[in-house]
Amino acid sequence: MEKIYPGHQKKCKLTETKSETIQFLLGFSKSLHVIAYKNLKFENVLN
Amino acid sequence: MTQKKLSNRNSQTLTKKPNRMALQIEDSVLVRDYISGDEKSLEVLINRHNQRISSFIYSKVLDRDVTEDIFQDTFIKVIKTLKKGRYSEEGKFLPWVMRIAHNLIIDHFRKNKRIPKFEGNDDFNIFSVIGDDKLNAEKQIIKNQIDSDLRQLVEELPNDQKEVLLMRIYKDMSFKEISENTGVSINTALGRMRYALINLRKIIDKHNIVLTN
Repeated sequence: MEKIYPGHQKKCKLTETKSETIQFLLGFSKSLHVIAYKNLKFENVLN
Repeated sequence: MTQKKLSNRNSQTLTKKPNRMALQIEDSVLVRDYISGDEKSLEVLINRHNQRISSFIYSKVLDRDVTEDIFQDTFIKVIKTLKKGRYSEEGKFLPWVMRIAHNLIIDHFRKNKRIPKFEGNDDFNIFSVIGDDKLNAEKQIIKNQIDSDLRQLVEELPNDQKEVLLMRIYKDMSFKEISENTGVSINTALGRMRYALINLRKIIDKHNIVLTN
């Protein structure tokens, strides 16, 4: 697994995702509706 | 004395623990609430694990923008899976999200491997080696003017010379083909071409026309 990662792993630092990204995710979550029909599930993004 | 201290510490931890539990609603409860329609739970979940997941992704990709992208894709997958009811609760929400992020990081590196990206640096910039060989707007305009001027000059030539010149230069025919097409010998065609060029130069000199780009 580590073969495909870049070698300099010591550069770790604490980061946080921007609030815009979180807002987008929350918006996406609100707009996404899953409709179940028999065995199928349909994603529906209401925007 | 030591025993007293110990019992004190024990009582502290005992009193603290329920408080912390009360403040921190467990992930499994939040996930259940979210699945049943409480959008606020997702916000709590994202904010709670934001730093750990972002830092994990960043430690692998070392790029802020890519981190944002993978973080976003991770939670889009999480949201879809939860909403479709495919998530089985085993009390391992964070490890599950980390696994999704991990897989997306692998996808990111695989994609980059398949489509290698070359970025120039200070020592070597690819654009100093390859460039756009098309003329710029100004040179294109000048070239168009020269082409149209030249066409007018060619129109001034006698018909037989003009015919040979057009065939040779614009239609890219050989003198053999020209002689076959016009019904004259190769030498005559060559001579006409020679006179056509001489005459063009004469006209250009006479009118002081500058035909350079």
